[in-house]
Amino acid sequence: MGGKPTRVTNAIRALRFARGEMTQAELAERVGVTRQTVIAIEQGRYSPSLETAFLIARALGTTLDEVFAYPDDDTDAPAGPAPGDVDGATDGRGPRRRRTTR
Amino acid sequence: MSYEEKGTWVYLVVSVVVYAAYVGVVLSRADGGPLADVAYVGPLLWSVAGAVVAGIVVRIVVEIARPSESLRTDERDRDLARRGTLAGQWGVVGGALGALVLALADADTFWIANTIYLGFVVMAVVSSVVTLVAYRRGV
Repeated sequence: MGGKPTRVTNAIRALRFARGEMTQAELAERVGVTRQTVIAIEQGRYSPSLETAFLIARALGTTLDEVFAYPDDDTDAPAGPAPGDVDGATDGRGPRRRRTTR
Repeated sequence: MSYEEKGTWVYLVVSVVVYAAYVGVVLSRADGGPLADVAYVGPLLWSVAGAVVAGIVVRIVVEIARPSESLRTDERDRDLARRGTLAGQWGVVGGALGALVLALADADTFWIANTIYLGFVVMAVVSSVVTLVAYRRGV
């Protein structure tokens, strides 16, 4: 398999753990999607609709730009969080994660 | 595996198996003779109806054997199915064009009907495969 199909990155996994270790199933139930879809979004295999992205952010008790980011063209940030990333320290957003949204 | 992804697998397998059975029946009836002389209408109609029934039955059996976490269909399922359908429509287009050419060439109805039927099968296979690849690799 080649690279990730989307450049949209996310911190869902880190934020789930920060919100009392919310499970993927719990998040899926709150958002109204399947657990498989939550997994696909977390792993960068699917970019959700804007509405679902907002629902995910709301379910995680945060804002959209805290959950999702899109790297600048001149950065080479990897898509999606690194495996085992539970504290958000390496969420794959690269160093410019705030500059494009504020 | 989600409920809809399982359903796509069932659709693919049933489409291929039923068409293979149809081809097997037609070839056995031909018994080395010209295919255009084979009584194909009955087997073709039975295979179309059989595919519909088998799709429903197999899906129920699969759900009984390996129940899905939920029967929910979400935006990702619809998105991937749409991508598969868009790719698969070329099967129908190809079948229709092939049938048109055969009709214009005054070919036997056996070949016209079977070209159209093959187009539907290609559509089913292509749309299923594209959808399943999208489920696995992402979009």
